[in-house]
Amino acid sequence: MRTIYLDNNATTRVAPEVFEEMRPYLDELYGNPSSMHSFGGGIARKIAEARMRVADLLGAESASEIVFTSCGTESDNAALFGILRSHPSKRHIITTKVEHSAVLNTCRYLQREGYRVTFLSVDRSGQLDLEELREAITPDTCLVSVMYANNETGVIFPIAEIAGIVKEKGAVFHTDAVQAVGKIPLNLKEIPVDMLSLSGHKLHAPKGIGVLYLRKGTKFTPFLIGGHQEKGRRGGTENVASIIGLGKACELASLHIDEEQTRVRAMRDQLETGILEKVQNTQVNGDRIHRLPNTTNISFEFIEGEAILLLLSDRGIAASSGSACTSGSLEPSHVLRAMQIPFTHTHGSIRFSLSRYTTQEEIDTVISEVLPIIDRLRAISPFGPKTKSIPLP
Amino acid sequence: MWDYSEKVMDHFHNPRNAGEIENPDAVGEIGNIVCGDALKLTLKIDRSTEKILDARFQTFGCGSAIASSSALTEMIKGKTLEEASKITNRDIADYLDGLPEEKMHCSVMGMEALEAAINSYRGIKVPDRGVHEGEKIICHCFGVTDKKIIQVIEMNNLTTVEQVTNYTKAGGGCGQCRPQIEALLAEVAKKGKEKKGALPKKMTTLEKIRVIQETLEKEIRPYLHADGGDLELVDIDGNRVYIKLKGTCQSCPSMGFTIESFITQKLRQAVNEEIEAKRVEE
Repeated sequence: MRTIYLDNNATTRVAPEVFEEMRPYLDELYGNPSSMHSFGGGIARKIAEARMRVADLLGAESASEIVFTSCGTESDNAALFGILRSHPSKRHIITTKVEHSAVLNTCRYLQREGYRVTFLSVDRSGQLDLEELREAITPDTCLVSVMYANNETGVIFPIAEIAGIVKEKGAVFHTDAVQAVGKIPLNLKEIPVDMLSLSGHKLHAPKGIGVLYLRKGTKFTPFLIGGHQEKGRRGGTENVASIIGLGKACELASLHIDEEQTRVRAMRDQLETGILEKVQNTQVNGDRIHRLPNTTNISFEFIEGEAILLLLSDRGIAASSGSACTSGSLEPSHVLRAMQIPFTHTHGSIRFSLSRYTTQEEIDTVISEVLPIIDRLRAISPFGPKTKSIPLP
Repeated sequence: MWDYSEKVMDHFHNPRNAGEIENPDAVGEIGNIVCGDALKLTLKIDRSTEKILDARFQTFGCGSAIASSSALTEMIKGKTLEEASKITNRDIADYLDGLPEEKMHCSVMGMEALEAAINSYRGIKVPDRGVHEGEKIICHCFGVTDKKIIQVIEMNNLTTVEQVTNYTKAGGGCGQCRPQIEALLAEVAKKGKEKKGALPKKMTTLEKIRVIQETLEKEIRPYLHADGGDLELVDIDGNRVYIKLKGTCQSCPSMGFTIESFITQKLRQAVNEEIEAKRVEE
């Protein structure tokens, strides 16, 4: 059975062109870019090219603003710790309740270390109150970290406006853009972001490679201390093949960015409308206008998400859920709870996330497979109106 | 993805006895939509023999919750109420060739629904919000009582708070009740020891000092270290153990109180019931 992969916010397939570009550097071209012989030197040039490609996708002023890391989580950690250590007298951090755990748990850790942390609330649509942000910033505020787009709902925050407020008040601004890069156009020449995190495996590069964008002039203390690599901003021998792969993935993302806004968005909308029309008692979670073009988060009332995922998986469909049972914790998604989505909806929430590799045929299949699955589970649920169901043994 | 047994997947894909019996003789309802799982069990019972003629379930929950409910109905059909009431959550899990540790609460839900159904048949009224007289709610997030926690600890020989959370969900929400669960675990462990008649014999003063030092060293300090705290044994006077808290513990008055009762509890298990830990200030 072929897999219909609609879990691209979790991870993506490595693009074949990316794999091809990487292959020699996992094979005969194994040199260390720091070496003084030409065998290593050629590799250093290739890394410089990759750095340029990443900078181009982000609209960065200069390639030197790109620091390669091992993943999105490292980038987030490096951003937070790196800035706080450079401003030891400031003890206040602002973030949101809906961040990815890479930022959320780091902030909770810093709170235990004695920092004051403000966790901004979101409304029912998953959006922030920018007045609340403005009022929260004090002279003691060192850093504001707000994600570009939410991994669970796809909701996009008004980062340009937020960055403007933060800069006006004199704090440093970091954004975790792991879900946004490659899905929506970014231009850091126009948005005053000081630091930005991205992760390779969310945009068709391999796992184990990330980037921290550091705007020129940002005071920063390295998180990983070691050699001179990355201009002393991140020690450790370069993950050569993955850096080159990420460069290629960024080049491809630039080429396909319009397709994300058009073809991918159209398929997402079709999937969403198709499901909502066919299945009663469903709702879309989060702001439907300011949203990543590839993501939809749908709640199916009266049933539980893990059971839905298992039955989808039987039919070769890969998605994910914000239900408690799938996370290994006992409480459902912190994002949906922060949005005050009622528990009756959070337990049965399913996230479908598409990519440019998704086909129309796959979307049609998913739309027709969902209803019988939902009906079947609702038929054995003690809650909700009994819908027409398939016979049970 | 959870590592479910083939049997769990079979019962999930082909649930036995799903549905609801019309005019049932007994109904057991447990859980609710807020908690993330719920089970409604309906039974047809032969009044003269008290034999379960038919059993049906409706479940809101994950794969293992549906499988546990299905297994339960298969297990109890044909049994008398007396026989069925002996079924434990462990039996349900075994019937399914085991459940992942984090999913054991699904088997407990099955057992609870059966208890509730038998109670309803016998006319035992369930008071408001399911809390019987003499019980108290320990976990407010998931509405779990002390009685339920103790029952599950005993039935499954549980020893850690994490296990209790896996089996009953208690402590899995805000986590505020974790110290209380710890206390219940200690209570059950103590009862177990008494049953075996293995109460520690009276110690000499030297032995007592040694055991106190050892307990502080091995059972308390690692805990405090984890949060950047520490302690110092200042003096032992009869059953009073004087302790100075250091590091982060020292600066946090409410933590200090919690630690005091935590240390007392641990020392009581190791030494005797009269031991009292006292905090002394700098």
